[in-house]
Amino acid sequence: MTGHDGTQTPMVVAHQVRKHFGQLEVLKAVDLTVGTGEVVVLLGPSGSGKSTFLRCINRLERLDGGSIHVQDELIGFRRTPAGIRHLKPREVTRQRRDIGMVFQHFNLFPHLTALANVIEAPTGVLREPKNEARARALELLERVGLADKADAYPRQLSGGQQQRVAIARALAMRPKLMLFDEPTSALDPELVGEVLATMRDLARDGLTMLVVTHEVNFAREVADRVVFMDGGRVLENGSPQDVLDNPAHPRTRSFLSRFLTASPAPER
Amino acid sequence: MATAKPPPAQGKNDADDATENSQAPGGGADVVDVAGAAPVRHPLRWLAVAVLAVLFAQLVHFLTTNDNFEWDVVGSYFNAEIIGRGIATTLELTLVAMAIGIFGGVLIAVGRMSENRVLSAVCGAYVWFFRGVPVLVQLVLWYNMSALLPRVSFGIPFGPELVSGQTNELITPFLAAILGLGLNEAAYMAEIVRGGLLGVDPGQTEAASALGMGPARVLRRVVLPQAMRFIVPPTGSQVINMLKATSLVSVIALSDLLYTVQSIYNRTFETIPLLIVACLWYLVMTTVLYIGQSYIEHHYARGADRNAKQSFWDFAFFRRRPAHAGAAGAATTTEEDK
Ligand SMILES: Nc1ncnc2c1ncn2[C@@H]1O[C@H](COP(=O)(O)OP(=O)(O)OP(=O)(O)O)[C@@H](O)[C@H]1O
Ligand SMILES: [Mg+2]
Repeated sequence: MTGHDGTQTPMVVAHQVRKHFGQLEVLKAVDLTVGTGEVVVLLGPSGSGKSTFLRCINRLERLDGGSIHVQDELIGFRRTPAGIRHLKPREVTRQRRDIGMVFQHFNLFPHLTALANVIEAPTGVLREPKNEARARALELLERVGLADKADAYPRQLSGGQQQRVAIARALAMRPKLMLFDEPTSALDPELVGEVLATMRDLARDGLTMLVVTHEVNFAREVADRVVFMDGGRVLENGSPQDVLDNPAHPRTRSFLSRFLTASPAPER
Repeated sequence: MATAKPPPAQGKNDADDATENSQAPGGGADVVDVAGAAPVRHPLRWLAVAVLAVLFAQLVHFLTTNDNFEWDVVGSYFNAEIIGRGIATTLELTLVAMAIGIFGGVLIAVGRMSENRVLSAVCGAYVWFFRGVPVLVQLVLWYNMSALLPRVSFGIPFGPELVSGQTNELITPFLAAILGLGLNEAAYMAEIVRGGLLGVDPGQTEAASALGMGPARVLRRVVLPQAMRFIVPPTGSQVINMLKATSLVSVIALSDLLYTVQSIYNRTFETIPLLIVACLWYLVMTTVLYIGQSYIEHHYARGADRNAKQSFWDFAFFRRRPAHAGAAGAATTTEEDK
């Protein structure tokens, strides 16, 4: 375990994480630390293993080697005198409560209204009283700018609105850590801004966030650190300026050139 | 219909001359108002209607003039108490067998989708067996179970018996019917439920799991409600099929609706009128079930549609609500778009 250097415990410590699907090695010894309150943006070409890494953190995927700790708690496994053991499904479920996740395709529950989407887990999993959960859900919807859409079904909302409800739904569990997997990639360009604004807001409030995105401007503006992954390895890990403007690795440079030429210089 | 030709445009020549190029598509077209246009004629449809009208008249004539129907006998039995008891048995069988079918079907479907290979294989074998053997054969088999197993007992496997009894006394015709129909139905329901569960986007399970919901809660609160949209409509037809299939139990001498009318006409020889009584009652019951099914389907269509509000009757008759009900120009439109 790391992080006992006098400062706060890091939120996430991934150590030599390995994962393969059959013959395909998707993660090859990934090391990454996310400090408490830090916003880390994860960049990388398609297939580089970004989603897989994120999904290992909340154990939607089982890692094959190395370890992931979230606030000093080993994810998915337990140390016993006899060696390392897999956690029972119930314990895995328990660990996921504190880790929020936002998906590329929102994955709102289509049979529930926006409000019901938000209160489902707090009332069902945390056993919060209905009226309390409701009040807090309305607050969260207000925070993402959708107080007036509480009774709308997901299909009645635009993509950007759905994604903001999905963010509110994750926040309702009071997560210590939020994982975002390309939260704006499925959105029409004119809807990207509203979701990024919401995320910027969360970052300002000190939420610990690990964000996979191709929005380089967002990374430059909001991230404390940018990590570049390729072929299942971390190639670059540093401040946004260092990684985006002065990449050490040629792979990073060629990857970034596609985005930097495609998108205009950072506004504001 | 008056063939209301559009009045020749006044400035036809002007239009031709002055705006040949500036006028949009089909430059130089007349100024046209399509209001009051004559509808397309369908002579073949009218012919079909005429043919059907003749056939219907013949049917009415046949029904009213053929004395073998003995409508007075139909009337006298229609409300008879003994028929009522037969109907009660039919409904009871339908209800209990469907309950077993649905409950068992969900269990078997979940078992088949389990990661446990043995469990999944056993559930697969169940479906294979019960779908492969005709339900009539299953009914007779259950009824004759005592020939195979004279005694049944419940207890610790290979250990002491706790309860035991004669199969003959234990498996009454009613129990045989319930087992035959219910276990068979469970196999069909399992396939319907499994199809429904597989129809739900796996992203839903991921999102729910990521929120810290356990597998049972994910199934109950997220996956099943969405699978219902795929499960309910075929289940509705299963209920209606079951209601009709219960008539098979007359072969094991259980007094359902069919067996009851049979036992009457075996005495009185009023075969046709009594069978008509049975037909009418089966029709009444299936119609009621059909209407109930529409209600439930309507309920589960929530959130499936941006404008998910549709009246029950629209739903019952498969009508799509027009985008603007009562829009202008609604001169008695008799055509239905098919
Ligand atoms: N469940 C799975 N089974 C088999 N292969 C998988 C599975 N999930 C991911 N992969 C493979 O692992 C590799 C990494 O996938 P991953 O989704 O992590 O990439 P990514 O960096 O998120 O890419 P993208 O930007 O396209 O989302 C890909 O080659 C993918 O095909
Ligand atoms: Mg991905």
